[in-house]
Amino acid sequence: MPDSHKDNELELDLFLEAIYRKYGYDFRSYSRASLRRRIQNQLERFKLDNVCELIHLVIHDEAMFIEIFDHMTVNVTEMFRDPHFYKSFRENVAPQLKSYPSFKIWHAGCSTGQEIYSMCILLKELGLYDKAQIYATDIDHQVLEKAKKGIFPIDTVPLYSQNYQESGGLYSLSDYYTARYDSIIMDSSLKKNIIFADHDLVTDQVFSEMQVIICRNVLIYFNHSLQDRVFRLFSNSLDYGAYLCLGSKESLRFSSCHPLYKTLDNKYKIYQKTEQHEPFPLNSNNENSSE
Amino acid sequence: MNAFVTQKTEGLKKHHELIVIGASWGGLEALSAILSPLPKDFPLPILVVQHRQRNQLDSGFFIEILNRHCQLNVLEPDDKEHIETGNIYLAPSNYHMLVEHKGALALSNDEPVHYSRPSIDLLFESAAESYQENVIGIILTGANQDGAEGLQAINVRGGYTLAQDPATAEVDTMPLAAIAAAQPDAILPLKDIASFLIKFCKN
Repeated sequence: MPDSHKDNELELDLFLEAIYRKYGYDFRSYSRASLRRRIQNQLERFKLDNVCELIHLVIHDEAMFIEIFDHMTVNVTEMFRDPHFYKSFRENVAPQLKSYPSFKIWHAGCSTGQEIYSMCILLKELGLYDKAQIYATDIDHQVLEKAKKGIFPIDTVPLYSQNYQESGGLYSLSDYYTARYDSIIMDSSLKKNIIFADHDLVTDQVFSEMQVIICRNVLIYFNHSLQDRVFRLFSNSLDYGAYLCLGSKESLRFSSCHPLYKTLDNKYKIYQKTEQHEPFPLNSNNENSSE
Repeated sequence: MNAFVTQKTEGLKKHHELIVIGASWGGLEALSAILSPLPKDFPLPILVVQHRQRNQLDSGFFIEILNRHCQLNVLEPDDKEHIETGNIYLAPSNYHMLVEHKGALALSNDEPVHYSRPSIDLLFESAAESYQENVIGIILTGANQDGAEGLQAINVRGGYTLAQDPATAEVDTMPLAAIAAAQPDAILPLKDIASFLIKFCKN
C-alpha cells in the first residue's frame, strides 16, 4: 500500500487521465472519496498491487477498460425511489405544469430508466402526459439501451409497488406493465413521448428551454467544481420559473447558482428558478481540481 | 478491573482536527453517553456512522433524540456539506458518508460494504486518507465487524484510535474485532470516553 496521500492522489490522477485521453470518458472531476474505493475494489478483483498496473491494463486492453468502466459509475435506481419526492412533485410542480400548453422535462442521468417510467406514470395520472416531451439521458450507452426497453426483473415488483403506493399513486402499478416469465415490460404508451439520448454532463452542452430538470443521485458522484459546472449547465437549460429536482441528499446550497433559485421543498430538494441571467460560460470541464 | 482497559498517551500530543465514531447495535445509547457531555465549545467536529435498517427508523428520530441530549448541534448532512466545529454529522440512512477532502463531506450510494450502508470502514478510511494522523477514530458497541479495517487504516496513518471496552458494550463483537485488527491506543469503559475526549482535545 503506498504510504502517502499525495502519492495515492498522483496515481489516481494518472489513471483517470489515461482513461480520458484514450477513451474520452472524463472521470477526473468525480468525487474522489468514493472513486478511490471503487478503484481499490477493482485492484482486489483483478489481484493487482497498485493503480499503476491498472493504468497499463486499461491503456493496452480495451476489453479490460469496458469491464472496469461498468464499475466506475453507479447505477442504483428503483421505481418511485424516495416515494415522497413524487408526492412533493405532485404538490409543488404539477399545478404549474397544468397551466402550460406543452412542456419539456429533461431527466439527466436516467440510468436503467425506472425513475423515468415512474415520472411518466405520475404524469399520466395527472392527465399531463400528452403535453410532455421527456428527454432521458445518460453517459452510459448500455444502461440507456436497458432504459429504452423498459424491461425489469419481476422480483423488483413488491418494492416498486410499495413505493408507488407511498408516492400517492392512484391505481395499481400492475396497470402499467405486462408480466412475462421473470420480467415485467413497461407499457409502450409510457414510452411514446420519451427521447433517449447519450449525454455526458461533464463534457456536453445544454438542452434548451426545459421546464423541468430531474437529476437525482447523480451529482453526489461529482466533486464540488464539477457539480458547479452542472448547475450552470442546468441553469442555462432551464426557463424562468422552471423546476430543478435533485436527490434528497443533494443540495444547491454549496453552488454559486443557489441565489437564482427558490427552495420549494428542502427535504426532497425541489427548486424553482426565479432569477433571469445571461448564459453562463461552460468551458468543457477544465477547472479540473481534486477539490 | 477489566483486562482490556488501556490508555496510551504518547499519541495525545499530536494536533487532532477530526473525530470519527462508528456504532451499530446498541449505538444510540452509547452515542448519547459520549456526545451529550461534550461542551458547546468542543474544539473538533465529529462524524458518526450509526447503522440503521433502511426505512426502519425515520432518521429525524435519531437526530431529534441526540439533539435533545447534546449541546453540540447534531445534523444529517447533504452531499458536499462543509465540516465545521460545533457540529456532529450523522450519516443518513442508506448512504455512505465519506470525507471528500479536508473540510468537506461526500455521500454515496455505492454498494454496501460488509452488508452495511452507511459503512464505518468507508468513513474511517476516507477520513484517514484526507486527515492522515490528525484523526481520532472510535469504535463502539455492535454486532458485526464493520469499522475494524477502518480503525486499522487510521492506525496506519498515525491517527489516534480508541475502542469501547467490550465489557461495557451492549454487544461486544464490534469493539472486539476492532481491538484485534487495530490494537487501539486506548480501550475505555463507555462512561469514561466523554471525559477522556474533553481532556484530550482541550488544546
